[in-house]
Amino acid sequence: MAMASPPQAATSERDLRLDLFRGVALWLIFLDHIPENVVNWFTIRNYGFSDATEIFIFISGYTAAFVYGRTMRERGFMLSSARILRRAWQIYVAHIFLFTIFMAEIAYVAATFDNPLYAEEMRILDFLKQPDITIFQALLLKFKPVNMDVLPLYIVLLLMFPPMLFLLLRAPNVALAGSAVVYALTWKLDWNLPAYPNGVWFFNPFAWQLLFVFGAWCALGGSQRLAGFLRSRIVLVVAIAYLVFAFAITLTWHFEALDRFVPTWLAEWMYPIDKTNLDVLRFAHFLALAVVTIRFIPRHWSGLKSAILQPAIRCGQHSLEIFCLGVFLAFAGQFIIAESSGGPLLQTAVSALGIIIMIATANLISWYKAIEGRSPQSRVKSPDADLAGGEA
Amino acid sequence: MTFVIAVLTTIALLNGAATAAPDEAAAPAAPCDVPEWLLPADADLTRVGSEIKDRHRLDISVVGSGSSALSGPDGARFAYPAQLEQSLRERLPGIEIKVTAHVESRQTTADMASQLQKILTGDQPALVIWQAGTVDALRGVEPEDFRTSLDQGIDAIAADHADVIMMNMQHSPRTESMLGVSAYADVMRWVAEQHGLVLFDRLAIMRYWSDEGVFDLYAATKDYAMARRVHECIGRALASLIIHAGHLDAGKEQTTR
Repeated sequence: MAMASPPQAATSERDLRLDLFRGVALWLIFLDHIPENVVNWFTIRNYGFSDATEIFIFISGYTAAFVYGRTMRERGFMLSSARILRRAWQIYVAHIFLFTIFMAEIAYVAATFDNPLYAEEMRILDFLKQPDITIFQALLLKFKPVNMDVLPLYIVLLLMFPPMLFLLLRAPNVALAGSAVVYALTWKLDWNLPAYPNGVWFFNPFAWQLLFVFGAWCALGGSQRLAGFLRSRIVLVVAIAYLVFAFAITLTWHFEALDRFVPTWLAEWMYPIDKTNLDVLRFAHFLALAVVTIRFIPRHWSGLKSAILQPAIRCGQHSLEIFCLGVFLAFAGQFIIAESSGGPLLQTAVSALGIIIMIATANLISWYKAIEGRSPQSRVKSPDADLAGGEA
Repeated sequence: MTFVIAVLTTIALLNGAATAAPDEAAAPAAPCDVPEWLLPADADLTRVGSEIKDRHRLDISVVGSGSSALSGPDGARFAYPAQLEQSLRERLPGIEIKVTAHVESRQTTADMASQLQKILTGDQPALVIWQAGTVDALRGVEPEDFRTSLDQGIDAIAADHADVIMMNMQHSPRTESMLGVSAYADVMRWVAEQHGLVLFDRLAIMRYWSDEGVFDLYAATKDYAMARRVHECIGRALASLIIHAGHLDAGKEQTTR
């Protein structure tokens, strides 16, 4: 991802690695969102500090800069900002759509599930008694059910993106430094957005913007500036060593007996590894993964054209649709598992079926877009605009 | 074609699982043993050990919220604090056992931490079992504040020289998509480790029971039978943990039954 050629020259060709890894990240997010699922054991969060969210946000920043950066250069600040805001609006609508589905599920559980063992836990449904407040707070993005935090983060990141992109195009390093300063101040001053009924956003936009801006910075020529650094053997060795270290630490989470091998001073320094504020350890873990990945999967790797990887690439190319579908499928899958008190076999089947549906839908969207693109009416519209609207 | 086969296979599997479920429910309840790896291995409750050796008695205070109680007729008699008392009496004959429950629904960990001093003075317990986390998750208390409250409570208990067992939330698969408890469970695990305390991982234990088919925790029922049985099993597992960590077993007690 970081070895893209200069943006001016690269405009005609997408880096398929981005689509591939975003597609895989979407699958992993889907799997992780089904809490009772044996297949979860295969997702990367069990093998290191970072998880699919980091990949998704980084690539989203990269593609946003790739697509809207060109618009801003060629058509100016106003038009590109309008397109970014339109994209934010689409994501907002998608989020509210998912919220409606979530409400339907909750209402069903509230009406049908009863078990004296869980009298206390069922209080979570009390908010149904005040739909006026709850729905209003959801529209304000303050009330967010579990696992519905990523899209609101994405919306806020896009809302702040026009001025950031403006700066990135003129003084990329200043922009990145500014982003890092906001990140540092967030840790220092506890900035975050308020949530309802209380608390703060699960994904703190002031912290996570660093990853998004870093992705954008890489897309706008940053990766060339890093090329020498990335080719260095020492960097590769450090990255691999860090990945091994993170893997060893995560092992101690799953096997309590190993816990005693973690020295107290290390534990005191390291824990808690904060997801809300994008802990430095998580960020570093993502960087290490990226360094190793681009080292072993070059931009023009022939495997990217192979049939086996096409499903993931297709999913990555329609990320908003497939992300929303994934959240919905996770709800539905969990519902099926709960209704039939399902065991590992059913969980595996639900996981596989969900990914198959995601792939089928991505193919359907590709087919539809190809047909639409060929029809005479759509000729007027530039293909770039479509890309900007649909793929960033 | 592959797609069709995959869909058909999945449907077949779904049907299989759906029809298998009632059979499991009809089968006699499996014993709710807790495997050793789910209980802290090197747990040490020194005050409990010395109390029993020197005074032949054990006073335990259970502090918790709604999931430490059962509603309904005789709820208190069937909830795990009472079950723990009964189990300890059976297994430690000749020792005077007293378990006092300070359980109130809706109280957060901060509420409980501020009550602890009064409870310690009143009960003079050798051991405090502190169940926390669920209400904090319900209210969306910030994990950092949750951690501070736990630290405060633990300091108060330590100042009173009582032992502590921390207990996390129940495994509740039906509400899992709405009620995110994992962040709070992580904080409790971390706090327990930092203070060198015993954590009774109710979340993992109940998940294990669910996976093993011991209890169908998805079941929608108004019946109290299963809830009582779960509390009974938790009470027994706690008794085993106390006996093991207080070194009261003299090599006899191996399982949790």
